[in-house]
Amino acid sequence: MTKERRDSKGNSVGVVQAQYFTFDALQLESGEKLAPVTLAYETYGILNEKKSNAILILHALSGDAHVAGVHEGQNNTGWWDAMVGPGKAFDTNKYYVICSNVLGGCKGSTGPSSINPKTSRPYALDFPLITINDMVNAQKRLVDHLGIEKLLSVVGGSMGGMQALSWLVRYPEKVRSAIPIATAARHSPQQIAFDEVGRQAIMADPYWKSGNYYDGPLPAKGLAVARMIGHITYMSDVSMTEKFGRQKKNNTQNVKFTADFEVEGYLRYRGDNFVKRFDANSYLYITKSIDNFDASNGRSLQEVLEGIKAKVLVIAFKSDWLYPAYQSKEIVKACKLSGIEATYCEIDSTYGHDAFLLEAEEETHLITHFLKKVFYEYEVTGSYDI
Amino acid sequence: MTYENIRLDHRVILGLVEPCSTILDLGCGTGELLYILIKEKNVRGQGIEIDEKAIYKCVAKGLTVSHSDIDSGLAEYRDKSFDYVILNQSFQQVKKPDVVLREALRVGKKVIVAFPNFAYYQVRLQIFFKGKTPMTASLPYEWYDTPNLHFLSISDFIGYCRKRNIKVEETVFIGKNKTVKIFPNWFALTGLFLISSGKKCQGE
Repeated sequence: MTKERRDSKGNSVGVVQAQYFTFDALQLESGEKLAPVTLAYETYGILNEKKSNAILILHALSGDAHVAGVHEGQNNTGWWDAMVGPGKAFDTNKYYVICSNVLGGCKGSTGPSSINPKTSRPYALDFPLITINDMVNAQKRLVDHLGIEKLLSVVGGSMGGMQALSWLVRYPEKVRSAIPIATAARHSPQQIAFDEVGRQAIMADPYWKSGNYYDGPLPAKGLAVARMIGHITYMSDVSMTEKFGRQKKNNTQNVKFTADFEVEGYLRYRGDNFVKRFDANSYLYITKSIDNFDASNGRSLQEVLEGIKAKVLVIAFKSDWLYPAYQSKEIVKACKLSGIEATYCEIDSTYGHDAFLLEAEEETHLITHFLKKVFYEYEVTGSYDI
Repeated sequence: MTYENIRLDHRVILGLVEPCSTILDLGCGTGELLYILIKEKNVRGQGIEIDEKAIYKCVAKGLTVSHSDIDSGLAEYRDKSFDYVILNQSFQQVKKPDVVLREALRVGKKVIVAFPNFAYYQVRLQIFFKGKTPMTASLPYEWYDTPNLHFLSISDFIGYCRKRNIKVEETVFIGKNKTVKIFPNWFALTGLFLISSGKKCQGE
């Protein structure tokens, strides 16, 4: 175990570059057709000759294709840099790692802020409603384009976990394993409720203008509030107490209702920062696709998983109250009832939902060994000496 | 690894299990037994374990293991979905052994149960002469830090099986370094039972 722990702090993938794949059209679940479609993606490591070492990483609501390394001339490392790189959980010396920005996103893939070829203006609300399955169908086109018959694994946290489940259900012959982390097969009313408050905050912003804000001021306040709500749900009572306590900010002005407490300042900062990098309409479309997601489309999950040969590793976190462990356990239960080999671990973390981005050490251990087993196709390790 | 290095109780279980069978190990710990069974008997096995650190060790061995509490039920398994369900030294540690055993007999065609014998002669002597909570090779814990919640003897379990109409298919009584044949309720540290549902449930 010590070895992996040391390695998890290993090297970075270094400077990486976004790539773009454009295809003619995508038939959406709504019946509408989106044409053309571009996906921004990044790859790390080298695809082996058999093309058997490809892993597709699936990002969460506000993520993007930039998982690891840095872009030329920038300092920001990717959103899961602790997990992707040489010697890390997704070892780029061994595996070929792909991550694409989701359909509907705003980081290079086609979304509501993209130009509508029919009007030569941003789609805004002319953009069709998309689903998690649509995102996965677009990713499937990318994976086909890269010449990969079968993925070693599909993996993601939160909304990324939903995409992993969608891959498993829709393309079982295309994946050898799936790793859904801190996720659910479908949203509970509580989860939908939080998303709805976020959407309402955006739509209540006078600058939102029914989505037509691209040539004027952005609905910044609304999107920032949505993000603030999000951040509250990503943390836990304990992690907030540890991070902020009831600490007051030093340089508060003598104005009523200014951000006195550290936690207020943090939320405002996070909210304001988010506005610079995320599109409000994308936030509406993506959260709606998450709320509408149902891995088994009204049937029982066990039923749709029946006969699937892929191996599954499910990870949850004890303090995650946004995606509570019981939702992961339901996925595990369905896997077992359908005969899928599923390993499940509930990591004892205080970070709340954010834990899937932060608990790299434990995740590295679980994922490293799980991927090894799937890649080399063994039942148990060769030597007993562990 | 050589056969002799395998723990005696593991060796006994290894001898009881049919090759290439399917196994669910309840309270599999760090997965030693499961690992040996897969290696030596080519079984298809998976475990349930409540301790997170033990889960990591299982995963490192390549085992399929689920982080959960066997007391909270085995609802995720169909009836008779395993050839064997194993409760090795975990039986006396669950909150409701009666419920867990019933569930084990539901999901397994056969169940292997092993537990420390509370009527071992040293236990009796320690209570009788010292008046203290006994500690033996199979009950190595102080009263204040024992994971054991239930204390039963081999005779207790035989009586229980009779009462519950559980069929005892095989018994192995384990002493310090060898199996015990005579007066096991006196001289065995551990009682190991291969059981199945009673007659009325057979043929299911």
